[in-house]
Amino acid sequence: MKKKAPFPLVRTIASWFIALLLFFPLFWLGITAFKTEGQAIAGHLFFSPTLASFVEVQARSDYLHYAFNSLITSVVSTVLGLLIAAPAAYSMAFFRTKKTRDILMWMLSTKMMPAVGALVPIYVMAQTTGMLDSLPALIIVFTLSNLPIMVWMLYSAFKEVPNDILEAVRLDGATVWDEFRHAILPLTMGGIASTGLLCLVLAWNEAFWSLNLTSANAGTLAALIAQYSSPEGLFWAKLSAASLLAIAPIIVFGWFSQKQLVQGLTFGAVK
Amino acid sequence: MSRFLPRALMAPAVVTLFAWMIVPLVMTIYFSLIHYNLNQPGEHGFVGLENFRYFITDPDFWPSVLQTLELLGWVIVITVVMGVGLALLINEPFPGQGIVRVLLISPFFVMPTVNALLWKHMMMNPIYGVLGRVWTFFGATPVDWMTDWPLLSVIIILAWQWLPFACLIFITSLQSLDREQMEAARMDGATKLHQFWYLTLPHLGRSIAVVVMIEMIFLMSVFAEIFTTTSGGPGNASTNLAFLIYKQALMSFDVGVASAGALFAVVLANIAAVFLIRMVGKNLD
Amino acid sequence: MKFKTAFAFGLGVIAAASAHAVDLVIATVNNGHMIEMQKHTKDFEKANPGVTLKWVTLEEGVLRQRVTTDIATKGGQFDVMTIGLYEAPIWSKKGWLTPITTDAAYDVDDLLPAIRSGLSLDGKLYAAPFYGESSMTMYRADLVKAKGLTMPPNPTWAQMADIVGKIHDPAKGVYGLCLRGKPGWGDNMAFLTTMVNTNGGQWFDMAWKPQIDSKPWHDAITMYVDLMKKYGPPGASANSFNENLALFNEGKCGVWIDATIAASFISDPKQSKVADKVAFTQAPVAVTPKGANWLWSWNLAIPASSKNPDAAQKFITWATSKDYINLIAKSDGWHAVPTGTRKSTYANPEFQKVAKFAAEEKKAIDSANPNDSTLPKSPYVGVQYAAIPEFQAIGIAVGQQMSAALSGKVTVDAALKTSQTAAEREMTKAGYYKK
Repeated sequence: MKKKAPFPLVRTIASWFIALLLFFPLFWLGITAFKTEGQAIAGHLFFSPTLASFVEVQARSDYLHYAFNSLITSVVSTVLGLLIAAPAAYSMAFFRTKKTRDILMWMLSTKMMPAVGALVPIYVMAQTTGMLDSLPALIIVFTLSNLPIMVWMLYSAFKEVPNDILEAVRLDGATVWDEFRHAILPLTMGGIASTGLLCLVLAWNEAFWSLNLTSANAGTLAALIAQYSSPEGLFWAKLSAASLLAIAPIIVFGWFSQKQLVQGLTFGAVK
Repeated sequence: MSRFLPRALMAPAVVTLFAWMIVPLVMTIYFSLIHYNLNQPGEHGFVGLENFRYFITDPDFWPSVLQTLELLGWVIVITVVMGVGLALLINEPFPGQGIVRVLLISPFFVMPTVNALLWKHMMMNPIYGVLGRVWTFFGATPVDWMTDWPLLSVIIILAWQWLPFACLIFITSLQSLDREQMEAARMDGATKLHQFWYLTLPHLGRSIAVVVMIEMIFLMSVFAEIFTTTSGGPGNASTNLAFLIYKQALMSFDVGVASAGALFAVVLANIAAVFLIRMVGKNLD
Repeated sequence: MKFKTAFAFGLGVIAAASAHAVDLVIATVNNGHMIEMQKHTKDFEKANPGVTLKWVTLEEGVLRQRVTTDIATKGGQFDVMTIGLYEAPIWSKKGWLTPITTDAAYDVDDLLPAIRSGLSLDGKLYAAPFYGESSMTMYRADLVKAKGLTMPPNPTWAQMADIVGKIHDPAKGVYGLCLRGKPGWGDNMAFLTTMVNTNGGQWFDMAWKPQIDSKPWHDAITMYVDLMKKYGPPGASANSFNENLALFNEGKCGVWIDATIAASFISDPKQSKVADKVAFTQAPVAVTPKGANWLWSWNLAIPASSKNPDAAQKFITWATSKDYINLIAKSDGWHAVPTGTRKSTYANPEFQKVAKFAAEEKKAIDSANPNDSTLPKSPYVGVQYAAIPEFQAIGIAVGQQMSAALSGKVTVDAALKTSQTAAEREMTKAGYYKK
């Protein structure tokens, strides 16, 4: 029915140009990881690559241990957060009361206090409960840090569901769970997925609490990076290598999941 | 539906958040009213509003409030405007669309500290950085970003990191745009601009609101990037409120003043939130 | 009867074994020597079965925050902490540290006296130095010679300014003088304090009043800003040790006044393009030689809240012993040993052979005295800092102002005035001026 649009040349060139420009710093980080320190300073585009920096990073620190901790804390906190946030968002989206807007705002305002101001109270709390340097402590902190965002984004996603669909399903006598699974979930999959992805990334990159609440055992990849930032002496190649190792898992995950995101959306497009 | 169900559903989230927030908040309020310096243990006398007075009489206080808002404002504007633009640009299919999308969202995955170090050393250093070389290539003197434009440098770094997030949200939202409606409007003679203004933009309204709110939360308390690059300088040119609090908390180890500062930050954040709600609020319903 | 003894014996063995199974958590800074130490973890663990070393390595600023938060709240997260010469006097006075017990084999008298006195309270050693440094002048002998000049053994700032001006050649990519500019009490202020000291200034007078707005400060900072504007590299106000190291290694600096450890990097042909062209001399002086070069050491200490003080003692005495230095020499060569701690290291001919800068470095360290580093008498200890808790906040505030002055954002006078006000605020809040 729709006639085929002509090959959009300008659009293609513009998109590629901008995308490459924006990606360039990351590309630069990537290639610096394969240089020696001397080459890193010289900063040439063409050079003979070496794995020396990666070897050094791996020899010095237990990458897998940190990666494992990052993985556990991010995934568990995201899943836990979604489980707590979804019912709340559902209730706020579909059973709006006068208080709803205020509660949403209050939830967001809990995040507005800079973490550094609450460092000592939380450190003391963690110490009294004996939870310093433990993965559960980090999971709790991450979950609760991201909870307001999850509630907010899920609420926003749920609100997109048009009322007529809900009415139709309810008229058919469906239970709340059915309603959720068959009507709401497919339509809001994109929103839920992007919320999950965002919070996963936020937890993965979280450095302040990861550094301050952990020591020998529960360090995450943020602690790995902290080993390489600004020591005495040249460090750019090693830092790039460590950073590449730290962001590789999450980038790969992000690349795959964003494909799912868009796929999930085309199925859920409103007719 | 009974009143009970909604309340029961909300309960876990509300209760956990309440507990999570209330304890540190109460402790912070308590600490802000006493003399509590980690270097002087044992002296915890009540000092009333002295900590607040000390924090607010810091000559850097008002500049840092202003700079916090500047930072916030500019990053939000840049990411929303460019985000919408980019999302629209790559909305229609073209060769390599998938790869372009992936390239665009990648910077978001980088750890903030790494991001800051990357820009500071590899991009913005006037002698070694890529930008410096590009400038020299075109015959101009390289710009000393961190020294001459500290706040702008921080804004650039933050915008680069948050643009992918905005793009992603807008791309997602645009996918559910009603094509038939657009087609009908086009056949009715609406120009591209009309289509954008009357159909696309309102549709994007809610996602813009989400992006603005979330960025505001994070950017209000950003401090890792500033700490790593300019250390708030030169002078206080790139100090924001969070960095000022950091100076008190982890330089002076004065928990009392830091707590007072944190409460100021909460007040500022709430004021900013009220304004932003006014602007984008109708889109949140 | 036999069964009972066997049983008791078995219990004893189990008890002994479990009593020895210790995880020693060490917080340390990510400098070359500490990284080297981590590589030798197995050596320690073999000699001390039952103790496993767990390393937490952090960048200096983050490390300092982390250990201070922990020790002040008695968190007990770390058994061994790496602290600087700045924290040691403050923390030992507060009773936060456990004294280090040493035996005859350790030879505590072998420690360099300047550093040892900075780490001791009432004759007891509260932290063992792992690495020590002072500051000195490092310069390109070839460039100086090419202009027909000679660098004197104890240059004055006037002589230095002259030499730097003559070898400054930006057309050939050589900047006459590279100095720190990045704000931080251990960054630009470390160097600037020495410049102020040698111009006859001090941080606080005997009544603890800040002296930042005084003539010596004016003279020193004006000279600094002037020289850097004329002969320094661009972006200097964000440059710290690492940036200047990179510049020097690339051959872009004529003269660099910084930590003595830099000497080992710039003489290393593997990383420096000018390794064979460098020479060393003492840091420049002006009105007085006192405090013209700084004194710093990284030390290992035991927090009073540690759960494993005995294992911690064993580790610390191992890591700072002569045997350890010999261990590193055997496995990595004498050029890689941690310096600046023991007289015996400098006396060792093998070391002298590979470390051309050793003589100047020892001269610099020996001449630094934290108890007497200013011309007018000062109430504080410390050469390039004042060992009071308030100093960190004051140091960074002043550092930011100096960085702004260097970048031309504010005048030197304005920067000094603002710094003076900030310092007075901090000192008043801390209760130094009893009404």
